[in-house]
Amino acid sequence: METTQQTESKIIELKPFTDEMVVNMGPQHPSTHGVLRLELILDGEVVREAIPHIGYLHRCFEKHSENLSYPQIIPFTDRMDYVAAMNQNWGFCLAVEKLMAADEKKDFAVPERAEYLRVLICELNRIASHLLSFGTYGMDTGAVTPFFYAFRDRERLLLLFEKICGARLTYNYIRIGGVSEIIHMEPGSLDEQNFLDEVKDFLDYFEPKIDEYNDLLTSNSIFSERTMGVAVMSAEMALSYGATGPNLRGSGVDWDLRRDEPYSIYDRFDFEVPVAKDIPELGAVVGDCWSRYKVRMDEMKESVRIVRQILAEGLPDGPVMADLKAVRPPKGEIYFRSEAPRGELGFYIVSDGTPKPVRLKGRSPCFSALSALQELSRGLMVADIIAIIGSIDIVMGEVDR
Amino acid sequence: MNPEEIYKTLTDKFGESILGFDTELAGDPIIQIVPAAIADVCQYLAETDTLAFDSLMCLSGVDLGAKEEELFVVYHLYAMQHRHSVVLKVSVPKGDAHLPSVSRIWKTADWHEREAYDLYGILFEGHTDLRRILLPDDWEGYPLRKDYKEPDLYRGMRVPY
Repeated sequence: METTQQTESKIIELKPFTDEMVVNMGPQHPSTHGVLRLELILDGEVVREAIPHIGYLHRCFEKHSENLSYPQIIPFTDRMDYVAAMNQNWGFCLAVEKLMAADEKKDFAVPERAEYLRVLICELNRIASHLLSFGTYGMDTGAVTPFFYAFRDRERLLLLFEKICGARLTYNYIRIGGVSEIIHMEPGSLDEQNFLDEVKDFLDYFEPKIDEYNDLLTSNSIFSERTMGVAVMSAEMALSYGATGPNLRGSGVDWDLRRDEPYSIYDRFDFEVPVAKDIPELGAVVGDCWSRYKVRMDEMKESVRIVRQILAEGLPDGPVMADLKAVRPPKGEIYFRSEAPRGELGFYIVSDGTPKPVRLKGRSPCFSALSALQELSRGLMVADIIAIIGSIDIVMGEVDR
Repeated sequence: MNPEEIYKTLTDKFGESILGFDTELAGDPIIQIVPAAIADVCQYLAETDTLAFDSLMCLSGVDLGAKEEELFVVYHLYAMQHRHSVVLKVSVPKGDAHLPSVSRIWKTADWHEREAYDLYGILFEGHTDLRRILLPDDWEGYPLRKDYKEPDLYRGMRVPY
């Protein structure tokens, strides 16, 4: 009798049975980076399935755009990825400019000074965006300090943006044909010199800080344990899901639109494209959460490098706006993509020759990257989900549009 | 390969399923394709070594106007290895908008097709999980269609503002 009982209890221990449980994570949750709801189907602490539900921030800006003229749409692009709004403005303006350039009758070029200002400000915005990503990722994985450090430095960048366009978050700075002149900086004036000096001061201050942050978080053993080898996204998977930017480079694909399909004046600058590598002595695998995070940290250095080159050359003289009578692209359609901090930001525009687009679609990098979450998180622990969301670095304003 | 060569390759292979090559308008040249053949054409484009289109950059639904009879689905493809791109376009009737899904070929298409279904009401056959993505499940109508009229009320909340 006693022996049977012992065997039975042994069986129970060997085959622990738990009911599958459905848990809603979000939409109001600090580590979902906005209003993302995940329907988690859990077996104990193991995630059987994590189904993302999006759309909580959907404003259908594409529908709005069909009733607005092209310049009026730019503020809407600000509200897509609101932590890198300059890059969103730029992506949209580049698409419109390319479509306008297809009209042979119109001769127009973006002035040199505007191009330099665009690259300068967008690279600074990339740093600001990656800083936010770095800070919140630290907080997601249990380290609060990086968040304060990141926001302290980001604040300096926001003050710079405020100086150049009057806004801290939604800039509407880059316009079709140039940049906004709302705060006038005369070429060669004291205003311009002060601004560039401030940028230089920031870079001098910030560059050593990147190493400090790497000491603080990147090589931190708790952080490494949480992120290394977790949720490995292979290069094929990243390409198939359309994950771009740091997520794609984190999977070991050497691809950056700034270098491989150079737009604007990126071909004049010298910069490296950080790509993830296996680091066996640390335990990092290409495509894991840590690699995606590390690519962003390295990219900040490259952005600093590009801005330094602009400062060394100085801003060219001349106007900041092309001489455009009206923004009226010819009949036709265009898809143009640019490298935003979160990846390939594309705009698909269908024009019928009127001042309003017939169709505008924003191809959001986060939207595609987030769709990989379900496959990435299958079979991992609940805590890993947080590490994955932080590592693919989503902004819900852009996912939901 | 440039889009013209790709067009020639496709006409050799698929014949009448390829409707035409549109270069008149400003912007990218477009290859027009019969809706029923789109999945086969995409599979061919993805799996042939000389073409190797491994990434679907964008998939969009298009409605050109309330009086038009057709909706369009536009595919922007890119091949990382060969660094060439192509634009495919299919047109489906508004009353009966359906075409084969390409989500088996590129996973990007999964959510993008759901978005096109959500906002245009285009049905993608063979999609494993075709539900609304951006709008609530009980939303009525397809907002990006040009003849769309927003409802007065949604669950007791006023919609027009």
